[in-house]
Amino acid sequence: MPEGARDGVEAGRETDGNGGDVNDREEGSGLTRRALIAGAAAAAGGAITASATRGLVQEAQDPTKVPGARPVTVGSRSPHETPEKLLSGSMGGSSRTPLQDLHGIMTPADLHFERHHHGIPYIDPATYRLLIHGMVDRPTLFTLEDLKRFPQVSKLLFIECSGNGGGAYAPSPSPQHTPQSVDGLLSTSEWTGVALSTLFEEVGAHADATWFLAEGSDAAVMGRSIPMEKAWDDAMIAYAQNGEAIRPEQGYPARVFLPGWEGNASVKWVRRIELSDRPGMYRDETSKYTDPLPDGTARQFSFVMDAKSIITYPTYPRRLPGPGFIEISGYAWTGRGLIERVEVSTDGGDSWHDAVLQEPVLPKCTTRFRHGWEWDGGPAHLLSRATDETGYTQPIRQQVLDARGPGTRYHSNAIRGWRVASDGSIEFAPV
Amino acid sequence: MSRANGVSRLLTLATLVPALAACGAGDSEGGPEAGSAAPGATAVATSDPGDGMTRRAGAAEPVYGFGTPATAAQIAAWDIDIGPDGAGLPPGQGTVAEGLEVWERHRCILCHGPTGREGPNDLLTGRIPGDEFPFANDRSLRSTVGNYWPYATTLFDYTRRAMPFDLPGTMTDEEVYAVVGAMLYFNDLLPADAVVDSATVVDTRMPARDRFVPDNRTGGPTIR
Repeated sequence: MPEGARDGVEAGRETDGNGGDVNDREEGSGLTRRALIAGAAAAAGGAITASATRGLVQEAQDPTKVPGARPVTVGSRSPHETPEKLLSGSMGGSSRTPLQDLHGIMTPADLHFERHHHGIPYIDPATYRLLIHGMVDRPTLFTLEDLKRFPQVSKLLFIECSGNGGGAYAPSPSPQHTPQSVDGLLSTSEWTGVALSTLFEEVGAHADATWFLAEGSDAAVMGRSIPMEKAWDDAMIAYAQNGEAIRPEQGYPARVFLPGWEGNASVKWVRRIELSDRPGMYRDETSKYTDPLPDGTARQFSFVMDAKSIITYPTYPRRLPGPGFIEISGYAWTGRGLIERVEVSTDGGDSWHDAVLQEPVLPKCTTRFRHGWEWDGGPAHLLSRATDETGYTQPIRQQVLDARGPGTRYHSNAIRGWRVASDGSIEFAPV
Repeated sequence: MSRANGVSRLLTLATLVPALAACGAGDSEGGPEAGSAAPGATAVATSDPGDGMTRRAGAAEPVYGFGTPATAAQIAAWDIDIGPDGAGLPPGQGTVAEGLEVWERHRCILCHGPTGREGPNDLLTGRIPGDEFPFANDRSLRSTVGNYWPYATTLFDYTRRAMPFDLPGTMTDEEVYAVVGAMLYFNDLLPADAVVDSATVVDTRMPARDRFVPDNRTGGPTIR
């Protein structure tokens, strides 16, 4: 689809406004048998014979009767585990995290969602520079090594594209949505770097600076304007993710990271920050990433991602094997701080049960919730709703419709649901 | 490009209330040791002149001494943004007629069509009768430069930095002025014989200019 953010119906396809074509889902993992075998051979380090690799899945040897593989310099997944990101859009450049394949709260770096606005740049860390200038006493260029010399901050944080979930807000959402296809523009990592406040102290930020402009060194030189308050609060320049250097698709070698705020503003591959006394009115804060309202205005600089949750098990396309115990599980998150409560309904919202919040429960991070359920084999409608520490509870779709109208595209956080049929089949069914 | 006051309705309040002078600038008493203990732990100097914007100054002297002073030339090489007040617009000019040539020569036409209406990629052309703004109520509506973009400066800024798609950032300033003129012409915002320069870009009143409002979501029980 075209990269147009608010495009809505494009060539008969409902889009999420962010390069994600919600009907454009791939079937299956796409992993070929050849790749499976190649992966197995690599993982086994040569300890398995050719005949064994040929029949890897069907006729594995008794592992207690053959010497095991040697250590490897870089590990890889079991060839039996093949989670993949879901690519969407023809030009927009996005990929979605396989939420339904993950456990706990962390996202493996190679499964972190992507949303680019002009591709992934190649940047040599040796020549990388971050320029901070504008309303500062000391305009300064920082190398990557300079940035790493400052005191570190490190936090577990979610990041979510503000267009995430647009497919759930469509008038008739596809029942064939998976957690990945509907809300996969969400990932969680440990982000490590230097607090932006540390850098703004260092360069002598002027007290009358109220905004800073951040620009990347991608082909769009993508920029956003960000209130200085966020810098003094918890914004950072991140250079590491889950313990390693940030991946190229996540902004290598350094990016802005704004905890709890819409992902687009966390400018990747950041090369320039200019302190100013007004926003720059960049393309991605005017023509995109704004929220039209029924009174003929549009909300601008709507940074915070409000409370949201989604059940990731059991979900389409799974089929429940039969009546019995099912542990319903999913993610809840809010850009406003802590998730205080997650409730689960199995009867379409007639009754609600408090889910267990799995530790750790951290601010501006995903929280894993679980709820034990005894399926009686009859029709069921599974819902989850999150409440954050401000007392905000995830709305139903009609509440969002009343507040923002049917034309809104971003910040789609209405209650997601899954309808279970008596045969155990499951469909996406938000309310 | 910094400077000048806020220009949107969003920032009206900020422009009406004079900003306080730098307050307690430069509490660097912490030094590297204190900073190591807690980044940002240096005493916070804040003030709020009534616009809801926190004011805080950085340190008077470098705290750690990392980094290299940036020269004016180094800053100029990267300082490409155009402010809504026109700050940063380069000298030069172009005409709508030249812009229509640029439209073909730089292959804008391949993604946006002969008049910005035809696609296949971002729709750029189109006005709504009466310049209404019913986007929230009509999901089928598509935003364009003419019905949604609040500033023509943004059009210059984005086109110069990111277009054409396959050779981003390669057009001359004159070509950008010209092709911006073509896009404004497509949207009936400039006549066919218009000459486009920095004043044109600043002065062209975009139909959606006053449509944007601050975020009023605050958490709590109300759904907004």
